[in-house]
Amino acid sequence: MRDIYIVGIGQTKVGEHWDKSLRELSLEAIRQALEEAQIELPEALFVGNMLSGQLSNQQNLGALVADHAGLRHIEAIKVEAACASGGAALHMAYVAVASGLYDVVVACGVEKMTEAPPSKTTTALASAADALYEAEHGLSFVALNALLMRRYMHEYGYSREDFGNFAINAHRNAANNPCAMFPRAITQEAFIQAKMIADPISLLDSSAIGDGAAAVVVASEHFAKSRPLTPIRIAASALATDSVAIHDRPDPLFLQAAYLSSQKAYAQAQVGPEEIDFFELHDAFSIMAALSLEAAGFAPRGQGVRLAIENEISLQGRIPISTMGGLKARGHPVGATGIYQVVEAVLQLRGEAGANQLQGCRLGMTQNIGGSGAVAVTHILERVD
Amino acid sequence: MDISAYWRTRKQRLSLTGEICPHCGAKLFPPRDICPHCGKPARTPYHFSGRGTVYSFSIVYNPPEGFEPFVPYVVALVKLEEGSLITAQLTDVEPECVYIGMPVEMVTRKMREEDEDGLVIYNYKFRPVLQPTSL
Repeated sequence: MRDIYIVGIGQTKVGEHWDKSLRELSLEAIRQALEEAQIELPEALFVGNMLSGQLSNQQNLGALVADHAGLRHIEAIKVEAACASGGAALHMAYVAVASGLYDVVVACGVEKMTEAPPSKTTTALASAADALYEAEHGLSFVALNALLMRRYMHEYGYSREDFGNFAINAHRNAANNPCAMFPRAITQEAFIQAKMIADPISLLDSSAIGDGAAAVVVASEHFAKSRPLTPIRIAASALATDSVAIHDRPDPLFLQAAYLSSQKAYAQAQVGPEEIDFFELHDAFSIMAALSLEAAGFAPRGQGVRLAIENEISLQGRIPISTMGGLKARGHPVGATGIYQVVEAVLQLRGEAGANQLQGCRLGMTQNIGGSGAVAVTHILERVD
Repeated sequence: MDISAYWRTRKQRLSLTGEICPHCGAKLFPPRDICPHCGKPARTPYHFSGRGTVYSFSIVYNPPEGFEPFVPYVVALVKLEEGSLITAQLTDVEPECVYIGMPVEMVTRKMREEDEDGLVIYNYKFRPVLQPTSL
C-alpha cells in the first residue's frame, strides 16, 4: 500500500459558539487546513458528525459542508460512528487515498451541541447506546460509563479519588491550548467535591459538551512532497467494532474493539506500544482513559488508573496522554473529536505544540472510541525526517 | 417508542423471553437469532427466570428526556442466573442500599408515559429479592 500523509490541519476553538452553525464551524476548520496545504480543491470530503440530525435537524451534511466550504460538486459524505465519527471520517479518507482513487482529500469533524437544552443533548448522546435495551431504560451515556467505572472500582479496589489525575492532567495541559474549551487547571479538592452526574461519575470525570470543528488534508506521497509544511505520515489507520450494548460483552471491563484496532494499527505501523511517544486517547470519562490505556497495551488490566496515580501520563511521564487537554478539557464536540486528536498529534510531531511540546517525539497514537466501546479507530502518526 | 416497536418487543419486555442456542446451549437475552458464542442460528424461545444479582449500578442525576420525574433513580447491570447480563432500572430500593452482588428479581413496571400520544410504556425492572422462594 502506498504511503499516506497529512499535509494540512485546521481547528476552531471548542466552546459555545452561539454565532456559528455547523456550516461556519466546518468552513473555518477546512479553510485553515487547505490554506496550510496550499490546496484549492481537494477531490473528496469526509465529514465526521454524530448529532446534526437530532440537534440541528440537518442531515445530508457531506453536500452541505462541501458547498459552504467552497467545494461544491466534489465527492462528499457524512460518516457516522457515534463519538468515533471523526476518527472514522479520517479512516475513510485514508482508505480513499490508499486505494489510489484519489490523491488529496479532506477529513473534517464537526459538531454543534450547545444549542439544545441539556436533556435533549443527553437523549441524543444516548443514541450511541442500544436504543431498545439500554437507552429505553433511562440510561444516559454517562450512566453506561458509570456502570463500567463502579465495576472497575469493585474488581480492582480503587476509590473515586484515584481517578482524579486524569482530569487534573488534562486540565493542566489544556491551559496552554488556545483551542481548549476549559484552559485552566483544577485541583484534587475540586475533583473530589464535583457534582455527581451518574454516580460514581462526577462532572470532573466527564468530558465537556461543546461546539467545534477540526479538519485535516490527507494526501498521497507524491502529492505530499510538493507541499510547504513537514508532512506527517499516517503509519496506521485501523477501525474495529464490538457489541453496542455493554451487556452483550462477555468481559465488559475489557475494550475489545480498542484492543483489536490497536493491534491492527501496531501491525500496520510495525511498532509496539513501547515505541509510542504519546497517546491521544478517548478520555470522554476518566474510566474510558483507564480502559483505553489497558486495551492499547500501555498498562496491564486493572493498572490503567495506576499510570494516572503515578503521574506517568503527564508531559514528562512514561506515556503522555491528552497532551493538549484531551476530551476532558479541550472539549468533546463528539463527531469532531477524532479529528481534534489527530490535529493535536500533528502539532506535537511538527514541533508546534508550544508550551506543551514533547521533546524529540516521533510516533504519536490517537484512539477515538464510539459508544461505550462499540467502535474504536486508532491512528499512528509518524514524523519522517 | 412507537406503538409498533412496543408491540414487537412485548415478549422481551413483559416476560423476559430470549432465546436458547440449540447448538451450544447459550441462553441469549435480548434475542438476536444468531448465537454470538458459536455463530450458529439460535431461534428457540427461552423464558429467563428473572432472578439474578447486581453486577454494577449507577444513580442517575442528569436524565434523558422523559425520565426527569424519577431522578435520582438507580440503573444496573444485572447478572441473570442463566449467565447473561441485562441492563435495567432497580426499583423498590433506596439508592444507598444497593450493592454489587445484591440478589434481585424481575418485575413489570411502568417506565414512563409518552408525551405525544399518551402511550404508557411498561418494561422490566428489578427489585431486591424480598424473601426466599419456596421452590
